[in-house]
Amino acid sequence: MREITYAEAIREALRHEMTLDDNVFVFGEDVGAFGGCFGVTAGLYDKFGPERVMDTPISEAAIMGAALGAALMGLRPVPEIMFVDFTTVCFDYLTNQAPKVRYMCGGQVAKLPLVVRTTTGGWIRAAGQHSQSLEGWFTQVPGLKVVMPATPHDAKGLLTASLRDNNPVLYIEHKVLYQMPGPVPTEEYLIPLGQAEVKKEGADVTLISYSLMLNKTLKAAEQLAGEGINAEVVDLRTLSPLDHDTLARSVQKTHKAVVIQEAVEMGGVAAQVVKSLVDSSFDYLDAPIKTVAAGNTVIPFSPPLEDAMLPSVEKIIAAVKAIVS
Amino acid sequence: MQLSKRKLLEMYKKMVTIREFEQSLSEAVAGGTLPGFVHLGIGQEAVHVGVAYALRPTDWVSSTHRDHGMLIARGADIKRMRAEIFGKVTGYCKGKGGSMHLAVYDKGAPGCNGILGPSQTINNGIALALKKRGQGDIAVVLFGDGAAHRGEFHEALNLASCWKLPALAICVNNQYAISVCVDDACAIEDIAARSTGYGIPGLVVDGNDVMAVYEAITETAKSIREGKGPALLELKTRRFKGHFEGDPQSYKTPEEVAEEMQNDPIPTFAKQLLEREITTEKVLKTIVDDVKKELQAAIEFAEQSDYPPLEEIYTDLFYEERRAV
Repeated sequence: MREITYAEAIREALRHEMTLDDNVFVFGEDVGAFGGCFGVTAGLYDKFGPERVMDTPISEAAIMGAALGAALMGLRPVPEIMFVDFTTVCFDYLTNQAPKVRYMCGGQVAKLPLVVRTTTGGWIRAAGQHSQSLEGWFTQVPGLKVVMPATPHDAKGLLTASLRDNNPVLYIEHKVLYQMPGPVPTEEYLIPLGQAEVKKEGADVTLISYSLMLNKTLKAAEQLAGEGINAEVVDLRTLSPLDHDTLARSVQKTHKAVVIQEAVEMGGVAAQVVKSLVDSSFDYLDAPIKTVAAGNTVIPFSPPLEDAMLPSVEKIIAAVKAIVS
Repeated sequence: MQLSKRKLLEMYKKMVTIREFEQSLSEAVAGGTLPGFVHLGIGQEAVHVGVAYALRPTDWVSSTHRDHGMLIARGADIKRMRAEIFGKVTGYCKGKGGSMHLAVYDKGAPGCNGILGPSQTINNGIALALKKRGQGDIAVVLFGDGAAHRGEFHEALNLASCWKLPALAICVNNQYAISVCVDDACAIEDIAARSTGYGIPGLVVDGNDVMAVYEAITETAKSIREGKGPALLELKTRRFKGHFEGDPQSYKTPEEVAEEMQNDPIPTFAKQLLEREITTEKVLKTIVDDVKKELQAAIEFAEQSDYPPLEEIYTDLFYEERRAV
């Protein structure tokens, strides 16, 4: 199968849906002729023109409001918020507004097709306001789906499914993954939202992660295999709704679990996964569930500090060894 | 007055309906039967009716937490309005929105928003969709003097002007943001003067004169329909009641309250109709009697309606099906 990068896979899904449906349009800061701050929308302006690929002022609230209003009217807006850190200045739309429209009007508005694309994560040496992993906040919002692909293949399939969904979706891309290549079918395919996937089968311990952390987890699993520990690796892919069944099935097989996230430890997705496993699989567990997460602090600029603060392959291996002898 | 006698009397009836509807809510608050709290628009009926009658049924109009009247003027059924405000399943939002989030989408009225600011940016998305449809319809948004100080006011007007959207921003300046007088919260005399900063027309209108409102909106809407871009109107008015019903308005002097009540839009309009011999005292009296009967029926409808069944707690969050291709 041909290989393309994660960024190309996202662009391919966008281009495909824009070709199929004139109602799909992209807008945000620098997404036009410039092609987006990370190059994801490159070429779309030339292909679809200024009516469907629109630059905006630096006004995140105006971007999100326009997206919501357009979705109310039956269009399928795909706004881009350059960094997830910038959702803080349009938080209202992602929490109080779009996810509540349908419920609060008693279903008068049946469909609200709105896919918000944004970027997450550290290791770009940009310090505490451009490097965070804030997905946990958004999983607390009923009415909002939260998607975080880890591979080019999943990026395309999950974005296509998001663009076909009729509800608000927050689609979070990892900046470090943009240039990562991987096999991606040329034809259209959808990966249903809400389905985790076992990326590597194993028998001794279940490692649960998502987004960039999947790569580090797979590397850790490879090293552990060399030491005789056969880990199963599960990629959540969608954080909300969470796929409780796949998690339970894996852990009831391996009897041990480590949950890995890039976000700070307090109140995040990993904690929710632990809760899910306690509910579903407590009697199957042979050891306490471990988590690996960023330290509870601000992401520092200085590279050695950032590297030490964020999760690493070594930290994942150490967590596994603490419960698997 | 270029409107027909029938239309003028209909406008009068709407103003009386709004007044009586709001008055009945005031009584319900006093009697302790109304759940939560309400913001009454008594004194601002000329705004609601003047705006509604200047618009086409296919235009859209979003409003504020003080605008039950906007929905009534737009043609909403007061039975379902009343039922919503009392949390009944027969309400427009099945009892899930209440007073502050009443919406009547089939009248092009996304209605109230619990947060000040977003309706202004959301209106741009509605306007964008209407522009794409190319039928000459416009998107109108009402907001108070308080919400004119949110960043979203500025973000929304700037984007609307850059994109030349068919959007009309109406600041309903009733002089008070809860308890803070506009003199203490606004650095300039007229909020409409801010239009200069966005290169759009701005106009101050007497918001207590329904015909002045009607004429100003009609003329401004005409220019917007012709593709000349957005505009900002400021309707100066007064609310006769507190911010919420039960607010003792300790921030106003008794003289100020007495003075603002002098300029009541309903007797003002009645006087205009009588002076121009459009109608008689007797006809106006009949209208008031009819409204009282209709209101009584609405009160009974709401009283006799059921609360939503408990299953409704978890319905209306998501639209289940994907878009078909």
